[in-house]
Amino acid sequence: MQTTATPTHCPYCALQCGMNLTPAPDGTVEVSERADFPVNRGALCGKGRTAPAVLASNVRLTSPLVRSGDALVPASWDEALDRIAAGLRRTREEYGPDGVGVFGGGGLTNEKAYTLGKFARVVLGTSQIDYNGRFCMSSAAAAGIKAFGLDRGLPFPLEDVPKTGCVILVGSNLAETMPPSLRFLTELKENGGTLIVIDPRRTKTAEQADLHLAPRPGTDLALALGLLHLVIAEGRVDEEYVQERTVGWEDARAAAMAHWPEHVERITGVSVPELRETVRLFCEPESAMVLTARGPEQQSKGTDTVGAWINLCLATGRAGRPLSGYGCLTGQGNGQGGREHGQKADQLPGYRKLDDPAARRHVAEVWGVDPDSLPGPGRSAYELLDALGTDIRSLLLMASNPVVSAPRAAHVEERIRSLDFLAVCDVVLSETAALADVVLPVTQWAEETGTTTNLEGRVLLRRRAITPPDGVRTDLEVLHELAARLGVEKGFPTDPEEVFEELRRASAGGAADYSGITYGRLAEEDGVFWPCPTMETEEPTSRPFLATESADSAPGRTKAAPAEAAGGPAGSACAAGGGPGAQESAPDRPAVTTYHPATTTDPTSHPATKLGTTSRPDAAGDPTGPGRPVHPGTPRLFLDRFATPDGRARFVPVSHRATAEEPDDEYPVLLTTGRVVAQYQSGAQTRRVAELNAAAPGPFVELHPRLAARLGGARGANRWT
Amino acid sequence: MTSNERVVVIGTGLAGVRLARRLGELGTPASLIGEEEHRPYNRVLLAEVLAGRYGPEVVALPAPAELRRGRVTGIDRDGRTVTCADGTVIAYDRLVLATGSNPVLPPLRGLFTPDHVLPEGVHAFRTMDDCLGLSKAVRPGARAVVIGGGLLGVSAARALALRGAQVVLAQQSERLMERQLDPAASKLVKRHLTDLGVEVHTECRVRDVRCVGGAVRLVEMADGYALDADLVVVACGVRPRVGLAQAAGLDVRKGVVVDDELRTSDPYIHAIGDCAQHDGVVYGLAAPALEQADALAELLAGDVNTRYTGTRSLTRLTLNGHEGPFDLAAFGETEALPGDDVVQLADATRGTYRKVVVRDDRLVGGVLIGELGTVGALARAWEGAEPLPSDGGPLLHLLTNDGGS
Repeated sequence: MQTTATPTHCPYCALQCGMNLTPAPDGTVEVSERADFPVNRGALCGKGRTAPAVLASNVRLTSPLVRSGDALVPASWDEALDRIAAGLRRTREEYGPDGVGVFGGGGLTNEKAYTLGKFARVVLGTSQIDYNGRFCMSSAAAAGIKAFGLDRGLPFPLEDVPKTGCVILVGSNLAETMPPSLRFLTELKENGGTLIVIDPRRTKTAEQADLHLAPRPGTDLALALGLLHLVIAEGRVDEEYVQERTVGWEDARAAAMAHWPEHVERITGVSVPELRETVRLFCEPESAMVLTARGPEQQSKGTDTVGAWINLCLATGRAGRPLSGYGCLTGQGNGQGGREHGQKADQLPGYRKLDDPAARRHVAEVWGVDPDSLPGPGRSAYELLDALGTDIRSLLLMASNPVVSAPRAAHVEERIRSLDFLAVCDVVLSETAALADVVLPVTQWAEETGTTTNLEGRVLLRRRAITPPDGVRTDLEVLHELAARLGVEKGFPTDPEEVFEELRRASAGGAADYSGITYGRLAEEDGVFWPCPTMETEEPTSRPFLATESADSAPGRTKAAPAEAAGGPAGSACAAGGGPGAQESAPDRPAVTTYHPATTTDPTSHPATKLGTTSRPDAAGDPTGPGRPVHPGTPRLFLDRFATPDGRARFVPVSHRATAEEPDDEYPVLLTTGRVVAQYQSGAQTRRVAELNAAAPGPFVELHPRLAARLGGARGANRWT
Repeated sequence: MTSNERVVVIGTGLAGVRLARRLGELGTPASLIGEEEHRPYNRVLLAEVLAGRYGPEVVALPAPAELRRGRVTGIDRDGRTVTCADGTVIAYDRLVLATGSNPVLPPLRGLFTPDHVLPEGVHAFRTMDDCLGLSKAVRPGARAVVIGGGLLGVSAARALALRGAQVVLAQQSERLMERQLDPAASKLVKRHLTDLGVEVHTECRVRDVRCVGGAVRLVEMADGYALDADLVVVACGVRPRVGLAQAAGLDVRKGVVVDDELRTSDPYIHAIGDCAQHDGVVYGLAAPALEQADALAELLAGDVNTRYTGTRSLTRLTLNGHEGPFDLAAFGETEALPGDDVVQLADATRGTYRKVVVRDDRLVGGVLIGELGTVGALARAWEGAEPLPSDGGPLLHLLTNDGGS
């Protein structure tokens, strides 16, 4: 049993805060500060601090459960796995491969998300796979791909935020959702930058703002167009940038012309003087950012809304400039990595498209299958859930609780109940697991190793810190066993690093290229930002949007000074000037660094030390081989060009329209949703932690006192919504 | 209706373009016919073009897919076709009149040349052509007379002053924007114009326009006083363009009469925007025109339950001057009747003025000048027409940023 502190990451939101875990003699786990990780610098919120409580065996499942009449009863692993294999096989025989659906989650590690996608396509042969990230930031992803040719939540590290001149934060209450990140905004203000928060509610985050705009819910699109209009009216368009780095400006401008400030004021309720002040604060500094979150994204017109904010960043020359641009604050723990490697309906690993013949060939070769055997794109999340019980008769579900979290949850629950067969892998008996025919208890964050990719596009190693309780297995073991039972003996390893090695090959050449990343580097470098291709030569990569950073454009690196690495006893593998971060002192070098392994390195020592807390990658840990150049990863995207065929960003003309359902006589009140710091997602995990429940006991509704008076409610009264 | 029906829209102003775009988005493409030679543009912004804030090409609207240039000369309701001046005949299943309005040209002596066009130097201020003509003619020091002190006249005077003209504004009634503002607010608008160098004459009726060699020279007042003029802008309001509807025998009063489904007296013909009269009202404003366009788009795309039930909107004006913008919002009845409650806050130093008029438990009117922090809350209270809170508060929350909420 391990007794030393393991540096790892929190299981919850997309910050993936660094933390140290130490098993205590009494079987519990202690969380301690890990101050060197740049995203949170030691800080944790209440959820992170209490995360080990979910590891305790009394709140979680430790035995497989199978349905016996109305009840779920304990069963052996063999029985449970046999039942799942039989259930899935029966459906496939009766209804064809697409009769079986797979539903994943943004909480799965990259290895699991990758394996789940492969399992669906190779073992089940189904096109019907998607995941809960569709309810999250998908519209930001779609808008980002349209505009920039690439979706990565943030195109810059969070540590750039305090150094910019102005941040417009749209529909994010990060003081509640990701508290350790609030510090970046506090520092922004300390540095003389300004914070503008756009939220219909005066949230904890809005309290921090220099300017808080409170638009009517569902009118963010008009707000962004009104700001763009004023940018044009006040002559603040960066004409040279628009000319050189974008296409489509005239149509986007015309759309903004249809949204003049007084009209936008009428739609949004935000006064024209406030709009003018916003434009002034955003345009005057040399650099500025727009960050969006679920507020603007989770709307019937979310993609257009995000597109409107991106247009604002393009017209003012912000995107792809140092300390500037548009970013999305992804929500779920692995919300970023979870959308890159194939658990989406239309997608193959490395952010490849399932309908791209070259992508199919590449991935099929890695998987050792015929490209034609891969199914085509399937349904996206809601459509998939909506089809349960009709043409999808069986479902394998991992890391998601759609009975609580899906849109039209009651309808989705009814669809789930109408399935012939449901298998759920989870840590706890969630509301969805309670409906299953078979429930498999699986390991969680601190009990298994795997990579996640945080909201910055930083790939991280989350390490096993403790021994899992008896009776649980990893998701990878589950998929391995099910594959074997369904006739695929090979290709589903249970060792996460082995899976990652395959993921590297599968992602190579894709938009989210992980091929230059190894577990060794992740441990060494506090994560590596994708894309990070394998370097074949000393020449810079041919993929053009990989930014060549200079000292001017990279004021903060994520890594300690290379000299330190060279001087340290374990750093002999990495000569001075060769480590990541070397560009800081060598601004003229291209974005290529080379490892120069010391001659004394013993390759055989690597497996034992590769996950050690102080070991550094040696030559053998770098599979590109001794002497080969190593790509440093890409903390900042688009500085030279965008990831489009011609390197230019695209303006997308968008127009405001009303929300899909406006208030009417029957439904007279417009409600929005919000988060509390103490709970996470559907609460399946956090509701099992006493301290968190004491802080936030359950859902509640906040109303204006006058509305409450009109509806006849009192403080603390129960209401049906 | 079904989506394969052919919708033809006459008029490429804000209402027509918005309707065609929305229909396109909803999967029911429409064919748009307009007679202006410019790409459809946002008329609301013409004063800003005249002021030099935008180039004329910048105010273009997103162009609808199917746009035809032509002047419709007649509607054959039985055959469901329209005929254009060039002889083209276009069939429709649904026809939408979005023909807008024409400027009112008052009966002034000398306003028209013998062949019934405006003399050189005299301009209406309604279309892009008017705007470009004015823009071309105005130069620093030019003597300009604006006839009319309503919203349009005030905007035109301000824009010409910003271009360096010596502007005289002649208003027939006793104060500016009397339809929208109370006397105190009118005074602040006047002060703003005066600060820009505009000479404002109220209670001043223009009698005739004198030309020499076909070009304007002089504007003569009823009292005999005469103003030298290189330029004259006629800003005396607008009148719905209803000629086609009248000729087709549709029910036309002030405008083309429509019901809550924006149907005229012919169920296959609709009307929206400045030319339409709904529930007795011809709005002549952008916000109602856009709301009507949105509602009709939903109806024509198949959402049969959509209704247009009227618009309660604010008059909003931003006058951008040399010393920052002058913001103005006004709605409803801005002058109190006996028994009404009035809350008023004025700051002479900063030139701000805020006032609301409340009758029983309803907001009936208000003005905000210079300080628009609560315009959103005030607009919601006005648009929603809901009873005001009866907690005995002094209604200050409608005028102050944080109070009462």
